[in-house]
Amino acid sequence: MPVTSPSTDADLECVQLVKRFGDFTAVDDVSFTIAEGSFFSILGPSGCGKTTLLRMIAGFQRPDGGDIRIKGKSIVALPPNRRPVNMVFQHLALFPMMTVEQNIAYGLKRRKASRAEIARKVAAVLERVGLPELAGKRIDQLSGGQKQRIAIARCLVLEPALLLLDEPLGALDLKLRERLKVELKELQAQVGTTFAYITHDQSEALVMSDQVAVMDRGRFVQVGTPQQLYFEPRTAFVAGFVGDSNRWSGRVEDTNGTEAIVITTNGLTMIATRAGEPALSKGDAVDIFVRPEAIVLGRDADGAGGCENRLPGRVESLLFDGANSRVMVRHPATGGDIMVALPQTGELMGLRRGEDVYLGWRARQATCFAAAP
Amino acid sequence: MSTPPQIRLGLLLLFAPIVFWLALLVILPHVDMLLISLRVRVAPREYATSLANYAEFFTEPLYWNTFARTAIMSVTATVMTLLIAFPVSYYIAKMVRGRSKTFLFLLCLTPFWVSELVRTFGWMILLRETGIVSSLLLWSGLTDARVELLYNDAAIMVGLVYTSMLFMVVPLVTTLDSLDDSLVEAGYDLGGNSFTVMRHIVIPHAMPGIASGSIVVFMLTLGNYLTPKLLGGKDSLWFTDQIYTQFITRFNWELGSAFGFLLLVLSSAIVWIGLKLSGQTLSATVR
Amino acid sequence: MIPSIPQPPAFRVAYGAYVTLFFLYLIAPLVVVAAFAFNDSLFPSLPWNGFTLDWFFGDRQPRLGLFHDHPLLRSIGVSAFVAVWVSVLSVAAGTCNAFLFERETFPFRDLLYVLMLAPLVIPGVILGISILVFSNTVINSVDAVLGVEIDALRPGLLLVVLGQFAFLTTITTLVISARLRKFDVSLEEAASNLGATRMTAIRTVTIPYLKPALVGAGIVAFLMSFENFNTTLMLVGSDAPLTITMYDRLREGSTPVLNAVSLLLMVVSGVLGLISIFVQRDRTAP
Repeated sequence: MPVTSPSTDADLECVQLVKRFGDFTAVDDVSFTIAEGSFFSILGPSGCGKTTLLRMIAGFQRPDGGDIRIKGKSIVALPPNRRPVNMVFQHLALFPMMTVEQNIAYGLKRRKASRAEIARKVAAVLERVGLPELAGKRIDQLSGGQKQRIAIARCLVLEPALLLLDEPLGALDLKLRERLKVELKELQAQVGTTFAYITHDQSEALVMSDQVAVMDRGRFVQVGTPQQLYFEPRTAFVAGFVGDSNRWSGRVEDTNGTEAIVITTNGLTMIATRAGEPALSKGDAVDIFVRPEAIVLGRDADGAGGCENRLPGRVESLLFDGANSRVMVRHPATGGDIMVALPQTGELMGLRRGEDVYLGWRARQATCFAAAP
Repeated sequence: MSTPPQIRLGLLLLFAPIVFWLALLVILPHVDMLLISLRVRVAPREYATSLANYAEFFTEPLYWNTFARTAIMSVTATVMTLLIAFPVSYYIAKMVRGRSKTFLFLLCLTPFWVSELVRTFGWMILLRETGIVSSLLLWSGLTDARVELLYNDAAIMVGLVYTSMLFMVVPLVTTLDSLDDSLVEAGYDLGGNSFTVMRHIVIPHAMPGIASGSIVVFMLTLGNYLTPKLLGGKDSLWFTDQIYTQFITRFNWELGSAFGFLLLVLSSAIVWIGLKLSGQTLSATVR
Repeated sequence: MIPSIPQPPAFRVAYGAYVTLFFLYLIAPLVVVAAFAFNDSLFPSLPWNGFTLDWFFGDRQPRLGLFHDHPLLRSIGVSAFVAVWVSVLSVAAGTCNAFLFERETFPFRDLLYVLMLAPLVIPGVILGISILVFSNTVINSVDAVLGVEIDALRPGLLLVVLGQFAFLTTITTLVISARLRKFDVSLEEAASNLGATRMTAIRTVTIPYLKPALVGAGIVAFLMSFENFNTTLMLVGSDAPLTITMYDRLREGSTPVLNAVSLLLMVVSGVLGLISIFVQRDRTAP
């Protein structure tokens, strides 16, 4: 096993972690580091192994291989109660038979802190999460958002090196989730604790994180900033999972160093930019991804002037959703539907179903990847 | 991954009480009882293995008559309990709502919180010759003289049904309560009448409750001692009384053990048949 | 036949009358037992001779009241002694069993579960005699091998406690298991994540969660022990618990002091029953 030198500014370092359940490999050779004070998200569909990964860091699962280090020290041999990490559970796991105060004091009591110290620290952390008036309340008297913050406060009061969060927003309704996303990000910036956050919701990961790791079938497929993942996906999985995309499958007709001419399965010819490994050659099966907002929409052919890819179409339906409004445009020759972002600048306000429109997009905004085998 | 040794020690400690309990207080005593039932005394302190005790049971009419009578009376008591309890359970589960429902349900439970001895004592005060019912009959002119209502099969039956009621009402109310009203409404909506809705919707739904209630009531009735003895008097001819007589009065433990074992076999057999017929399992019934 | 389906009024009246009759049947024996505790007569039967509290406080024969009837008072003490031991033991064993069946996996788990349920299916009289027979075998074997007579295993309070424990443990196991099944294991994980050892996590989180079931199971075990007759009858020695004493008096024919004891039993069981319903009402459910 190669020994990576412990870096001083890394809070958590996972090296070649492996976890198997029988024949199934839940976590397959995963290595990464999380920088001190950052908000790191692990994003992936359910069953991709992200919960197993988190539970290994917390100590509830033993890895079958690899090492976990916190501030350079291996913690694999430590039981969960001796690890300097704390976890916010999916359903929060607040103790229902205790008050808010007793919940927060629980970890301090286990450390045999003095009564005065406990009282002081509990009050301080309640102040920090902005809920000082809730100390004596029972857990079932709290709202969803309050429970969330108490669960985080219960961990923060122990000043962990790393806070693990297991989809803590998953059970909440959409409106609350939107609000808490922002709150959580602010809280993290304010307290400066390193957060490792797992979620299957790409918007949560993109909004809150400094770094996001996209996980699929037990492996990390790409690690990067939210911008990198969105604009420069390195695999078809990332391109498809992060953000919305139009997707075509096809074969490479011709290729130079950076671009490829592709004939799609429904007979369109497109020019796309190549991305990811391995290099493509003529005849390879590829997938092309184009973001809805990368497509220029016009009432006449001139609108899509500088675009390498141009198509006529007819408005099939209008999906109005404020700033997120979309237009479904059908390509008459192939019958395929293309999703296009509706510009909010005003000139397309009166667009109706059945109108003829023109679409166009640049070759560098159409990325093509070798098709998944 | 191997389990850490301290967890295995914990598992062993967790096993200790159940092993002590089941082995020493349930399994071994019954095995011992079976062994004793299979021996006869040939000389003082000398025993031989034999089926003589069981042979005596089958050749002595008093014994197997009592056995059969106990079984038949228990089945009758079970059926009567079911017939009486079902409309009441249905009333509690479906006809009343909210507080009165809770109140009626708790009222059904009250006799259970009182000792069987007290309940039986109550029936004795009601049914004896100088008792309430007899006085009422005399006062109303329905009878010319006081009547003894105790010490007959009807009295035993009244007491047994009374004692068993709780164990029938609770499972029935629980299953009937889980029947969605809209199913009953749909039954009528689709052209059913009270009879067909009862027959095809309510009773099939309540079947698990009917089965577990009947099994429990039968078992308890078969093993009852106090009620037949006190309400039936000397002629109650209840099989548990035979067992008591053999053990305590006659000190014939061999025959008493054989009787005990026969009663256990009958009880288990009927429970097993009941579970099979209704497609239930014992584990599901107790939950 | 639900309120939303119209029924003929005659049917409604008849149904209501039937249910009323049923509740009269249910309540009648208890009412007469209670009422005759106050009848100023030497026998618990009609005619009604007026109200008296002699059957509670009377201090000389033949009107000896409950609070001066020493044999009766002593048997209440014996019953309480037995019931306390049985409930403590059966709740402790039931808690272990609940953890065993709800948390652990081991070979023959289902078989052991069915065996655990067996005492429910065994008639109480038979459970009593089997323990009587077995304890006698143990005494004889130990006597033959070691030459020591274990008198503790002769019919008496120890056997009564063991006999009642044998079937009540099934009930406490079921009650406690039902509660433990609803427990969210991530609460224990959260405790250990916050620095608790496994034992501390169970002591500070799981046991407080189980408390309503532990108290409820304890009360049920106490009451059922106090009221038990069948198993006790076979195992009793010279110290008779209350049910045995009452049974003997009942057969001999007794003054209404028996009604007074019965009323006391009803009141105590009623209060304990209400407490157990109250503590088991789930306030911590999510």
